[in-house]
Amino acid sequence: MEFVQNFPFICIILSLFSGPLSSVLSGKKAKWWNAFVITAIGLMNIAVLAFVVSTGEPYVYRMGHFSAPWGNEIRVGILEAVMAVFFCVTMLLCMLGGIAEREEEIEESKQNLYYIMVNLLLSSLLALIYTNDLFTAYVFVEINTISACGLIMIRQNGRTIVAATRYMIMSLLGSGMLLLGICFLYSITGHLLMSNIQQAVWNLHETGMYQVPLLVAVGLMSVGLAVKSALFPFHGWLPDAYGYSTVSSAAILSSLVSKGYIFLLLKIFYRVIGFEVIKDSKVIHVLFVFGIAGMIIGSIDAIRENSIRRMIAYSSVAQIGYIYMGFGLGTELGVLSSVFHILCHAATKALLFLSASSLTEVSGDSTSFFDLTGAGYRNKAAGLAFTVGSLSMVGFPMLGGFISKILFAQAAVGHAYKMLPTLIALAVSTILNTVYFLKTVIRIYTPMRSEEKKEKQYKLVTMGQQPVKSAALLCFVALNLVLGLFSQPILTLLERGLSMFA
Amino acid sequence: MNFSNLINNYEEAVAMILFGIGFSNLLLQKNLIKKIIGLNIMDTAMYLFLALKGYIAGRKAPIVVDGVQSVEAYINPIPAGLVLTGIVVSVSVTALMLSLTIRLYRRYHTLNLDEITTRLEKEGL
Repeated sequence: MEFVQNFPFICIILSLFSGPLSSVLSGKKAKWWNAFVITAIGLMNIAVLAFVVSTGEPYVYRMGHFSAPWGNEIRVGILEAVMAVFFCVTMLLCMLGGIAEREEEIEESKQNLYYIMVNLLLSSLLALIYTNDLFTAYVFVEINTISACGLIMIRQNGRTIVAATRYMIMSLLGSGMLLLGICFLYSITGHLLMSNIQQAVWNLHETGMYQVPLLVAVGLMSVGLAVKSALFPFHGWLPDAYGYSTVSSAAILSSLVSKGYIFLLLKIFYRVIGFEVIKDSKVIHVLFVFGIAGMIIGSIDAIRENSIRRMIAYSSVAQIGYIYMGFGLGTELGVLSSVFHILCHAATKALLFLSASSLTEVSGDSTSFFDLTGAGYRNKAAGLAFTVGSLSMVGFPMLGGFISKILFAQAAVGHAYKMLPTLIALAVSTILNTVYFLKTVIRIYTPMRSEEKKEKQYKLVTMGQQPVKSAALLCFVALNLVLGLFSQPILTLLERGLSMFA
Repeated sequence: MNFSNLINNYEEAVAMILFGIGFSNLLLQKNLIKKIIGLNIMDTAMYLFLALKGYIAGRKAPIVVDGVQSVEAYINPIPAGLVLTGIVVSVSVTALMLSLTIRLYRRYHTLNLDEITTRLEKEGL
């Protein structure tokens, strides 16, 4: 066995133990330690990715050296490694971009607690990506929920505590259903390792036994994870949680936490149940319908919203709808476009949250839409970043969003009865996206009247004054351009990853 | 309709009914403490279900004492392990929910989540 094969396990453990370590460090040291750990984990995952790409096949890492039906396993393929690298990069940039806000909004004595949460979150995300055991996945789902709740409520005001409570309630309902689904599946298959369950499920599918419990289990797990990742009718907690927490939290929650659950659902579809069985079940139709409803209604809610942070939060509901719609198509291409959209949405939404917080900072800390007039001139880097993010969400060519929209359309074409609703929903949702994003872009580039300018005295921020944040924003812009301009190699990589994912 | 399966597996049926009670309490109750009680009922129902699935009448826990090594004499220990893990998870989640409730009560002097929400809207924060 090569040494590099140990890295996924080392990443999870390193991140897990950095949490307790941060609790005894001072806020400043914890910050640097956290940045170091995320960077180190990112580099290790790049090494793992290079290794898996060179061997061309996935490998199984036995935890504690007990083999298949007894032990616990980590399974690493190209898709997992790509996701892990991408999550690390996004998390590092989110953390760097929000330093100034965090130091202002979080009490001095609680600074280091934030890094405990971030470390635990990263370790649970990595475990969700890499694990091959369903019950381990459940445990890390709960760790993910608890640390995400901590990220919301670290900025103490009434709104965030209520938002955290609502988030916990919905998440607990979701994880209850997930656990019940896992119990059902365990009772009819007798396994907890994903690959073994798949064989058992395939046998059940062939013999036609236990079809009802199987459907119930798949339905419970899908709905449970959909509740946790804020699919349309379950998104009530989302605007408050994203709108009032500190900006790194909002960026991390929208771009990473919900994606971790979606990735677990993808794993359940591909590796636990098997894609052939899923295609035959009715569950994906349900996900398809709610995905499409989310695309439209999330965008309408965003148009009606006056606060820029909450507008971006509602836009997340619409984008999560896209991802579930891709799953709902039930084709390989549909899933591929969903996976690409996970990357694209993560890069774009974090960019939007970070730049929106810079724009509100130069508008007298008001998130209200009308106060943002001319904010693009007062902070040029944030204005540029917000414009790029908006264009990417709208689907402007050269940026990531365009590629994922075109992939969704291609995946829908030729589908017997889902083609028309998908294309119509894509078109309508794109128009609605354009309405609210370009409205904001035009607003931030509308010059203020000179008497208003004198009256309000907003401050100007240049790139030199906030070097770290501007650099993070520019990195995100570059990431969006990479996703848009070099999509073919990324898609080939994801396609290879999906083919070895099962 | 054939109800004999339901009667034969009445324990599982009870577990599912309890799950439903807990689930709807967690979702629908306005009082935060009642919500947390609902959460605990829901989790406990799940452990009941797992424990039932793991138990076979007449067999013992898999600890070899009298040199009996036949598989037929013992039950599968994994469901019990899962129950223990689940209990740990639910304890920590309950503690977190309770601490959030204390925070909210100190700030608003009520446990009613709807009332807190209306008051927040009035504050317009």
